[in-house]
Amino acid sequence: MAKEKKKTSQVVKYNKWGYIFLIPFIVVYLVFQMIPLFSTIYNSLFENYRQGLTQIGPNWVGLANFQKIFAGTGNDSMPTYFLNTMIMWIAGFVPQILLSLLLGAWFSDTRLRVKAAGFFKTVIYMPNLIMASAFAMLFFSLFSDAGPINSMLIQMGIISQPFKFLSHTVSARSLVAFMNCLMWFGNTTILLMAGMMGIDNSLFEAAQVDGATSTQVFFRITLPLLKPILIYVMITSLIGGLQMFDVPQILTNGEGNPMRTTMTMIMKLNKYLFSKDFGMAGAMSVILFIITGVLSVIVYKFSTKETDY
Amino acid sequence: MKKKLLSALLSVAMVSALLVGCGDTAAAPEAAPAATEATDDAAAPADDAAADDTTAAPAGNWVSSDDGKTLNIYCWNEEFKSRLTDHYPGYTEVDATHGTIGDVNVVWNITPSDDNAYQNNLDETLLGQMDAAADDKIDLFLLEADYALKYVDTEYTIPVSELGVTDADVADQYQYTKDVVTDSNGALKGVSWQGCPGVLIYNRAAATEVLGADDAETVQAAVKDWDTFKATAAKMKDAGYKMTATSNDAFRVFSNNVTSKWVENGAINIDANIKAWVDMSKEMVDAGETGTADLWSDDWSAGFYPEGKVFCYFGPAWLINFCMAADDAASIAAQGGWGATEGPQGFFWGGTWICGANGTDNASLVADIMKQLTCNPDIMTEIVKADDDFVNNKPAMDAMAVDASYSSNVYGGINPLPMYCAGVEKIDLSNLSNYDQGCNESFQAAMKEYFEGNATYEEALDLFYTSVTEKYPELTY
Repeated sequence: MAKEKKKTSQVVKYNKWGYIFLIPFIVVYLVFQMIPLFSTIYNSLFENYRQGLTQIGPNWVGLANFQKIFAGTGNDSMPTYFLNTMIMWIAGFVPQILLSLLLGAWFSDTRLRVKAAGFFKTVIYMPNLIMASAFAMLFFSLFSDAGPINSMLIQMGIISQPFKFLSHTVSARSLVAFMNCLMWFGNTTILLMAGMMGIDNSLFEAAQVDGATSTQVFFRITLPLLKPILIYVMITSLIGGLQMFDVPQILTNGEGNPMRTTMTMIMKLNKYLFSKDFGMAGAMSVILFIITGVLSVIVYKFSTKETDY
Repeated sequence: MKKKLLSALLSVAMVSALLVGCGDTAAAPEAAPAATEATDDAAAPADDAAADDTTAAPAGNWVSSDDGKTLNIYCWNEEFKSRLTDHYPGYTEVDATHGTIGDVNVVWNITPSDDNAYQNNLDETLLGQMDAAADDKIDLFLLEADYALKYVDTEYTIPVSELGVTDADVADQYQYTKDVVTDSNGALKGVSWQGCPGVLIYNRAAATEVLGADDAETVQAAVKDWDTFKATAAKMKDAGYKMTATSNDAFRVFSNNVTSKWVENGAINIDANIKAWVDMSKEMVDAGETGTADLWSDDWSAGFYPEGKVFCYFGPAWLINFCMAADDAASIAAQGGWGATEGPQGFFWGGTWICGANGTDNASLVADIMKQLTCNPDIMTEIVKADDDFVNNKPAMDAMAVDASYSSNVYGGINPLPMYCAGVEKIDLSNLSNYDQGCNESFQAAMKEYFEGNATYEEALDLFYTSVTEKYPELTY
């Protein structure tokens, strides 16, 4: 009896160590996530900006900041900025995930035995190592009116006048999407590959023995078993996409040209910081937080609904 | 037991290391909610945040004194530093950011102006000026015209007369350089050692080809007002030249000649001359006589070379001396292929003003720097010869203008100063506002959409209003 009691107390003591080792995370989370989160929500209820060198506020204004944000019309409205962000994210994410799935399947396929896989994995990850701002600057120069892409197209006789890539909605958005895709497909490939290599090889072998084609193997075995990783990739990319900022900011000089059709929500938020308008920026952040939360829940619910495998 | 001790030790070490590291950071966010709590009950925030809440004039206890041992200078590039190093008597350089004048240490605080970083840094330091230790107070800082009033029209700058720089001292300076830094009560708050009158810089080859001659008189006759300018643009277009590289080239000329301010009584106001720029530019862009690229972009500077096929640029002395690729043998500047004439209207571009910060503990030294660099004709003539600056001293410049020994290679060996001297007299800057920088930038960006056909004028104007009210929430339209 006495022995047993001692045993349980031992367990409790080990639990205690577990909690102690969790302290760093909890403290960091509280200080750097929780407190800023609540102070942002709190700050969004005040009028608080700087007029030249004169501080205005903070004055309590309730939900007026939110009203102001939703009162915007035309190209300067919350739904437009949200749509801009989503369009550019989806346009980049769809090709990115397809490319990553294909590459991941090739690299992890034991029958294919891709040579120098390590080299290719490194190369496709490379674009991610370049700073987004440097990458955007590079594209800005490449696609400028007198840039190499335009002179190439003119010399090949495809166009006669330089095409202003950044002055047309479709081309400007496509550029942003393309850059995001290029920057992140390597990262996604590595993640998906890890997921694919985690799948029990005997399943693939069994399928081969049963005479399944590669396509069947991919759609009937790889994809369903990859679901948890896919959901993870999907949600992290969604959150990253909603927070899209650096690429379009640098590419369009912070203006979201043309006519703010490439201005994302964070770029709009950034606009408020010129006058240190913490009230409006706070309100914007709260809206962004809610959107991110809702979308993440939707994605999670949808993709975990059926568990038929 | 040993194991337990070890793990206890480890976790204590870990947690304490964590807390030590976070000591400062943890305190800061804690303080913020505490400070804001007090405002909960009322609209008026009366708490310890009031320190940086200097809504109005800092009180009169801002005594400027003379006993300081450190002179803190805030600026955005090396230009002023090199002027002080080369021309101020008694300045000794210690290292890249330090120097001495007598027994006073000079500390340079250089923040580039990209992305507003210079102003952000200056704002924070000025707002903390009253509580700063004597050696940390800003003594002297530099300003540009576009945002000068933001600082000049506050108590953070001292009138130069209080420092000991008299009206007689600045009598030879060009009037526009004084207009820029005169506050709403008429007090002069800063001085500049340079003037930046602009001229129309034209491509001689294009002038010969299209206008038949490349002398200044012929070209001036072809650009004497905006209607003639436009007519010439059409001729240039037929000959394969763009009149200007981009529509923004001419913006400064129009915006320097407005008859009303960007903001009147808290409302955004579009001056008739600004509208005239829009109309002219739209027609010229549609006709292919100019482009829509931004200033300083590759598409803009392509015209520095013959194959860029641009007829003219609007610019001051420093543009042609330092920015038009004169050191590249293939450029027009290196071949002496530019000419200059007054152009349709007078304007200025650039220039740096010196302001004394309220609360300085080196008042007489600040005054002496101002006097030596901006009022002493000997030093200023020295600056012209050594640095190719156009200095802010009317008699000195008028004398140089008739000096046959002074000439400029980029202009093919002529003395361009008479033109600059004529232009500088015409600059009228009585219509500056605190909001010029933001308004000018936003307006050009918004109108680009109109010129490129992405928006109607009204839509572009809405975009401009949106953009300005983001920057200045207090404005209406």
